[in-house]
Amino acid sequence: MIVKALTENGVTANESVTPHPPAKRKRSGFWSSVLQQKYLYLMSLPFVIWVFIFSYVPVWGWLMAFQKYKPAKSFSEQEWVGLANFKELFQDERFYLVLRNTLAMSILGLIVGFVVPILFAVLLNELRGSIFKRTVQTVSYLPHFVSWVVVGGIVYKTLSIDGGIVNDLLIWMNVIDEPIQFMAQGKYFWGVVTAADIWKETGWNAIIYLAAITGIDKELYEAAKVDGAGRIKQMFNITLPGIRSTIMVLLIMNIGHLIGIGFEKQFQLQNNLVTDYSEVLDLYALKYGIQISRFSYGTAISMFTSVVSVILLFTANGVMKKLTKESIM
Amino acid sequence: MAGKAFQMTKSERAFDIFLYVFLTLVMIVTLYPFLNVLAISLNESTDTVRGGIYIWPRAFTLENYERIFSYTGLIQGFKISLLRTISGTLLGLISASMLAFTLSRPEFRARKFVSVFLALTMYFSGGMVPMYILMRDMNLIGTFWIYILPGAVSAFNVFIIRSFMDGLPFALQESAKLDGANDFKIFYKIILPLCKPVLATIALFLAVGQWNEWFTTYLYNGNKAHLTTLQYELMKVLATTNQGSGMVNANDMAQQMAQISPESIKMAITIVVTVPILVVYPFLQKYFVGGMTLGAVKA
Repeated sequence: MIVKALTENGVTANESVTPHPPAKRKRSGFWSSVLQQKYLYLMSLPFVIWVFIFSYVPVWGWLMAFQKYKPAKSFSEQEWVGLANFKELFQDERFYLVLRNTLAMSILGLIVGFVVPILFAVLLNELRGSIFKRTVQTVSYLPHFVSWVVVGGIVYKTLSIDGGIVNDLLIWMNVIDEPIQFMAQGKYFWGVVTAADIWKETGWNAIIYLAAITGIDKELYEAAKVDGAGRIKQMFNITLPGIRSTIMVLLIMNIGHLIGIGFEKQFQLQNNLVTDYSEVLDLYALKYGIQISRFSYGTAISMFTSVVSVILLFTANGVMKKLTKESIM
Repeated sequence: MAGKAFQMTKSERAFDIFLYVFLTLVMIVTLYPFLNVLAISLNESTDTVRGGIYIWPRAFTLENYERIFSYTGLIQGFKISLLRTISGTLLGLISASMLAFTLSRPEFRARKFVSVFLALTMYFSGGMVPMYILMRDMNLIGTFWIYILPGAVSAFNVFIIRSFMDGLPFALQESAKLDGANDFKIFYKIILPLCKPVLATIALFLAVGQWNEWFTTYLYNGNKAHLTTLQYELMKVLATTNQGSGMVNANDMAQQMAQISPESIKMAITIVVTVPILVVYPFLQKYFVGGMTLGAVKA
């Protein structure tokens, strides 16, 4: 996520580190420099080709979205249909339902999934260097390491109507009289997905913020203490502003992922009763593209998702750059 | 003045209490589901039906585990999962560290090109369907290779390792070069041994990703009984309560066996799938925290 900033910094940092001016070498021919750096080429070229095949060739496959692709024929024999697949896509009512689900879950995830880890990191930071802090931290990473298959099973178990702890607790506290069917009603699905995501990733996502907090100048806290600021005041006036740029960079990255939120959690948590709320773009592509072999239609969906993601990312980056001078590229 | 100071410590204390209570609650919420799964897996399956098992088994037994280990699909899945985790992690480490090394050499002429070429892949992807067609055209469907080849090079991992290498003293490489060592020798004799912490981090990321991945099996290899992974086997078993969560490839024997498997059996399989990673991660904690930090502070 944060790596883009890394590459930029890396390139420039390296340039200034280089001790020898490469002016002389530049004058020598291209091939002699290749020969001289043959090991570097040998170590990178195979993987560059690899990346080309598995990351760039699929983009070339987008051409299929403008064809009526038949698996048995070769590429040149395919029938070109222009924008027919996109027309069909934008006329399908199901598509708008799926788009609504995707945006609803990603915006919920963006707001909640963004604020909670920051709060968690800031609170955790208040326990300076204790064993308790380390225990909480270790425990908080744990769910990150289990698969969505397992989390799906756990969520079904926890929210079940017979013996699920959530319903048991709510009944015990007299909040409800009858157990709620969380997994069988569409209106709960977005909330369940968001909550499951929070449970799984909060501790992990907080790592970055905790690291950023360590970088804040300790003298600022000392000065605040002398001025009589309490810890809560320090949290809001020093800690949060101190990690502002980290927050901004991650926010931009998350906005870029708004539409390509993935489908693992939706896939593992969905069931036939809630598909009107659980189906997201990738699942739609899977169901109406691959599983019934309408590859061109599926490609149009994939292409739509990818293009909108990139547009969102650049827009977010541009707006943030204007507003806050923070950017990732 | 004195009164004000006293008041502050009082509110500070209240804040401290809140902090400890709140974070303890967070821990309970995080841990409870795991303890619950463990307790049910250790409880007699006929007794589990009565409900009311929370974090302690009522009728302790190991029978559930004995039963699931006699299920061949599980053993088979374990082997494939282990194999793809080991080979996928090794391949991922080799590709990422080699690329990172070439990118960390300032004199490398193709450096900028390779760097941008890789970085771009973090922003776009062809998407699910074009990838499916590519896999089909390359005849990778229904083979073991589909688990490890497509994702073998990760730009994210390359840049993390590169940023670690940039922090190493450059003089080491220069002196080795003067001694006549070639770039490859510098890479594996000097740079790699120094990169152990970041390599441990990346190895953990890769291993967790490989072990937990289920979609490739679902989409491409679900009908190949000898290639299914542990996650997929668990998914089939769990799907019997989750009212068939879109499972299309599961009309086989395992499915029928799963249909009769009670809650306790399901939970026992969940534990078997989860434990290998949970045993490892606390020991690698300092490495992965360091690895994540490597990105954050620079950003």
